Amino acid sequence: MAPHDLRRPFKRPAISDQQRRRDLSLLRQKQNRLDAQRRARCLASSVLSFQSEPKSPSQEQSHFELELELEIEPDAEEHQGPATTYDVRQASKLRGTEARRWFAKQLMLPEWMIDVPPNLNTDWYVFARPAGKRCFVVSSNGTTVSRLRNGILLHRFPSALPNGARINNVSRSGQSYCILDCIFHEPDQTYYVIDMVCWAGFSLYECTAEFRFFWLNSKLVEVGACDTPSTFHKYRFATVPVYNCDQEGLQTAYIGPVPYVKDGLLFYNKHAHYQTGNTPLALVWKDENCSEYVIDTDSKGQVPNQQQLVLELQDDGRLATSDDPSVIFGWLNEDFIQKTGLHAGNLLRFAVNDGGLSFVDGKLEKADLQYLGQSNRARAFADSYSKVMFQYIVRHSPLKIEHLFASIGPLGDGDIASHDVEMAA
Amino acid sequence: MAMEVTQVLLNAQSVDSTVRKHAEESLRQFQEQNLSVFLLSLSGELAGEDKPVDSRKLAGLILKNALDAKEQHRKYELVQKWLALDVGVKTQIKTCLLQILSSPVPDARSTASQVIAKIAAIELPQKQWPELIGSLLSNIHQVPAHVKQATLETLGYLCEEVSPDVVDQDQVNKILTAVVQGMSANEGNNDVRLAATRALYNALGFAQANFSNDMERDYIMRVVCEATLSPDVKIRQAAFECLVSISSTYYEKLAPYIQDIFNITAKAVREDEEPVALQAIELWSSICDEEIDILEEYGGDFTADSDVPCYYFIKQALPALVPMLLETLLKQEEDQDLDEGAWNLAMAGGTCLGLVARTVGDDIVPLVMPFIEENITKSEWRQREAATYAFGSILEGPSPDKLTSIVNVALNFMLTALTNDPNSHVKDTTAWTLGRIFEFLHGSTVETPIITPGNCPQIIRVLLQSMNDAPNVAEKACGALYFLAQGYEDIGSASPITPYFQEIVKSLLSVTDKEDAGESRLRTAAYETLNEVVRCSTDETAAMVLQLVPIIMTKLHQTLEAEKLSSDEREKQNELQGLLCGCLQVITQKLGASEPTQYAFMQFADQIMNLFLRVFACRSATVHEEAMLAIGAVAHATGPDFAKYMPELYKYLEMGLQNFEEYQVCAVTVGVVGDICRALEDTVLPYCDGIMTQLLKDLSSNQLHRSVKPPIFSCFGDIALAIGENFEKYLMYAMPMLQSAAELSAHTSGADDEMIEYTNLLRNGILEAYSGIFQGFKNSPKTQLLIPYAPHILQFLDSIYMEKDMDDVVMKTAIGVLGDLADTLGSNAGSLIQLSLSCKEFLNECLSSDDHLIKESAEWAKMAISRAISV
Repeated sequence: MAPHDLRRPFKRPAISDQQRRRDLSLLRQKQNRLDAQRRARCLASSVLSFQSEPKSPSQEQSHFELELELEIEPDAEEHQGPATTYDVRQASKLRGTEARRWFAKQLMLPEWMIDVPPNLNTDWYVFARPAGKRCFVVSSNGTTVSRLRNGILLHRFPSALPNGARINNVSRSGQSYCILDCIFHEPDQTYYVIDMVCWAGFSLYECTAEFRFFWLNSKLVEVGACDTPSTFHKYRFATVPVYNCDQEGLQTAYIGPVPYVKDGLLFYNKHAHYQTGNTPLALVWKDENCSEYVIDTDSKGQVPNQQQLVLELQDDGRLATSDDPSVIFGWLNEDFIQKTGLHAGNLLRFAVNDGGLSFVDGKLEKADLQYLGQSNRARAFADSYSKVMFQYIVRHSPLKIEHLFASIGPLGDGDIASHDVEMAA
Repeated sequence: MAMEVTQVLLNAQSVDSTVRKHAEESLRQFQEQNLSVFLLSLSGELAGEDKPVDSRKLAGLILKNALDAKEQHRKYELVQKWLALDVGVKTQIKTCLLQILSSPVPDARSTASQVIAKIAAIELPQKQWPELIGSLLSNIHQVPAHVKQATLETLGYLCEEVSPDVVDQDQVNKILTAVVQGMSANEGNNDVRLAATRALYNALGFAQANFSNDMERDYIMRVVCEATLSPDVKIRQAAFECLVSISSTYYEKLAPYIQDIFNITAKAVREDEEPVALQAIELWSSICDEEIDILEEYGGDFTADSDVPCYYFIKQALPALVPMLLETLLKQEEDQDLDEGAWNLAMAGGTCLGLVARTVGDDIVPLVMPFIEENITKSEWRQREAATYAFGSILEGPSPDKLTSIVNVALNFMLTALTNDPNSHVKDTTAWTLGRIFEFLHGSTVETPIITPGNCPQIIRVLLQSMNDAPNVAEKACGALYFLAQGYEDIGSASPITPYFQEIVKSLLSVTDKEDAGESRLRTAAYETLNEVVRCSTDETAAMVLQLVPIIMTKLHQTLEAEKLSSDEREKQNELQGLLCGCLQVITQKLGASEPTQYAFMQFADQIMNLFLRVFACRSATVHEEAMLAIGAVAHATGPDFAKYMPELYKYLEMGLQNFEEYQVCAVTVGVVGDICRALEDTVLPYCDGIMTQLLKDLSSNQLHRSVKPPIFSCFGDIALAIGENFEKYLMYAMPMLQSAAELSAHTSGADDEMIEYTNLLRNGILEAYSGIFQGFKNSPKTQLLIPYAPHILQFLDSIYMEKDMDDVVMKTAIGVLGDLADTLGSNAGSLIQLSLSCKEFLNECLSSDDHLIKESAEWAKMAISRAISV
């Protein structure tokens, strides 16, 4: 119990430099660990698969043709393997053909509504589709790029999306990028975001529509992407009001006012993931009240007398839709193919003759088609079966808004139906 | 053997080392072969009134060392051995020891009382030896003075050794009564009174209940205050020590006594002998400590609740306290700056003044300014020094608003004094004060800059000039330059330092080469300042930082050339290598932080690594901490190329991981393993068996300092993330360890703040391990191996959420783990996740957090969960 030492530090800084060295090392290690973790979380979940199809000479040809107006690049890499996977940052470095082919495959394409799906009022969302160019908007490495459905570049611009502009003191990691599914609406120069695929490096592909819409609505506003344009934010982004597809929701989407020109209604199944390519879990429907473009027009903007459709010529001469599996509408005989110099993979335009389309048990049995010629070179795909069918019924017995309302029924109808089922079981 | 004990004990103190070693060896063997007889002989020796004092004392000392050790692991072992002894043997030893308290030989009594306290520390928590305190106190009023003194001393040691919660309040009351009576003025014997006063110092921790009782507290305080007036200086000093302890332990009870305390201390500071006066000043310093803590807890919000209210004693005492402290400043000793161990009235008074300034802020300034103005220009150096020291002391605490205008006026004066004052002591304090100015009033957070383009060149010139002054002055000038550089840390480009960068670096390097740089830790200060200048440098001077690499490497190389060093020289070499490795670490980390400089740095990587490996090789059994720290920075900078150094480095990594004694070295090595994992990714695989083995051993050891365990868990995560599914073979070892650590750290009920803080560190480490493992296995066919662990991990997340005591860091990591689990296991864990509390309430809480890191992790988790349960 000797007297206790009471010396205090004298003329000394509170922390030694050695401790500072340790602390700063720990800080660096912590930051590096955080980065490694973030990289692990972002990377694997957002690798998008790019399937290069097995090549045949004719396909090469079609490609060649398709891309004529753009630079032609030898697609050496495509020969190397059947599948190439890129993440978006790699994909953003792709140029020309590859870039367009890659982006063209990343969009989810709604089928056309040719009959009303069951449980429309409980399992589906509805919203008014803005008129304009469907495109993918990708923000990464300090820039934002929008590409049309066929992969062609629309805009390259700075935006308020994560990593969408080169702004100092925004410490986003290089991993951080976004992919939005948008429609560019010319009149107000606005990107209407209809779906969100990746946000700040996190993939939403395998999330339900319900979750994606929730996320979309909360995140977009948060980063200021909906603000009016400025130096670092060239175009405004906007969300579209999405409703549960009940009587009221459908009514509002159908006739309610929106700040954009409507082009039909889109229906999204709440439980569906974001699925690239054609999907029956997202549907498009139009009538004259909510769209200027119900019936397809020709290049001059006129509605042709006969319905026209684009089909892809296959190896064996069959004419197929873009669906997977495709639907066969008929075939060309070999003589004709040789005479016209067509190749498998060509996209061909046909008119529907008076014989029309005939069905047996809801399946297409016969189509009375007339060959018109090759389609516009900018097209990337043949028409889908649902598109052809929708155009067909619009001209003959359209699926009307009343049918949609009727299928939803008054409130409580669904309950009674399920009750009945239970009784029967 | 017993017959020979006396001789062996005397031999063990022989000047002849052969004799001594032989004796020590026989004692050691004796202890190992028969502990009971060994301890009995020692207690018998200590009790032997016919034995020489030296052998009795040593017997007691060895007995004490057989019961306790500093090192936790050893201590536990000794305690277990004592408890396992035969009850009869123990009783015999204890009875013997109690009898020694009556010995006429003071050393024997004193040694016995320490041994009794050690045994009490073992037995009382086990509810053994219940009669001890009773028997000590039974006849305390009848015994002779020397026995009374020994008994009080024993009680004092007992209170020092034993935790208050194992002694009944009833017994506490008896101890306190005996002790306080022993120290009262009625006690005629000064030895008894001193022993009682010192005993009270240790017993204060037991007196919670008594201090809550007004009458008892009044009584204790009166007796303590009276003892501060005792004619015996030792008693006065011990009484002040009690007051110091009371002022921090029972701060909230001081109000009724504070006026008396001030009067007593003021008298002591002005009139009493130095050891007493120093304690009197310390009392006010410790009240400042208390109030600073309380006010910090208020966090500026004075309506907020704190456990203890602030009574603003310092603020109230200010008008009298400050003049008292200022007087002490004039009582400097000549050359106190040259003596590392110096502590005198002026130093204590100045230190206390600094604490007062931190406690009251602006209010101190008008009270000190007249003193400064009056003295700073006086011809007597003591007055100039005291004025300068007073000024330097009040720079932390008051607001910049209050100080800026004063400092602006003073700055020029200080620069002139540093150049021209004839007195080295004044220069020392002036340079130190400049450092304080730059530390507290310069930097990006200060609104009105003290340093402007106008005065910056002059400041730097004067500081660099002072590098050539006496070592103690030059050291303070280095310190000032350190904070000058630090203030420009966040300035980005165009730092005002940039034009002088080369000159500063040159001057600092030449300081490190000075003959007398070993004094006043000047060399250390110069390297540390160089480090800070490098850390705060901008892109413009990157090329010059790069040029430093070969210069420092050459210096490090020179330290390796020296041969056949004496142990003193070896220690110096070791210290210098530490400074140079530290400097290289700072440079490497700086250059490694941006891509172009990182690339340029690579040209030196081979040479640097070669030097570090040679530094390691200089030592036989331990690893140089600074070199290891620097290697982590190199691994980060070189990335995958680091693989080529692994074959040679590996054994040192292993050595570092085995260093239980210097736990900092172990901790640093664990961090470096993490760096290496991130640099090498899966090429680290060949080394993982060895590293994992070491890490698992470290975790199982009771010897390793607990602070190293959380980073070891995090390191599991680093390894798993690097080697992915190859971590499979370690799962069966790592997972059970993580699981049992998780169970231990899930609940903290009843723990104190320090324990909760540690628990959160541990949780974070465990969670980072889980994160790394899940992410490592992602997209692997072996993912299903992790499924069996999922329920426990989710349960762990739920229970720490329920506990409501995790900090933000744990929250972020925990919610991230939830995401990683969902992400990796997907639908396999979907239903499990949905059952957990974490995926609802916890997740929502994190989603709405203000902390963006927590929010980001939570968003990740939400998305991953949404995917997992939607499949």
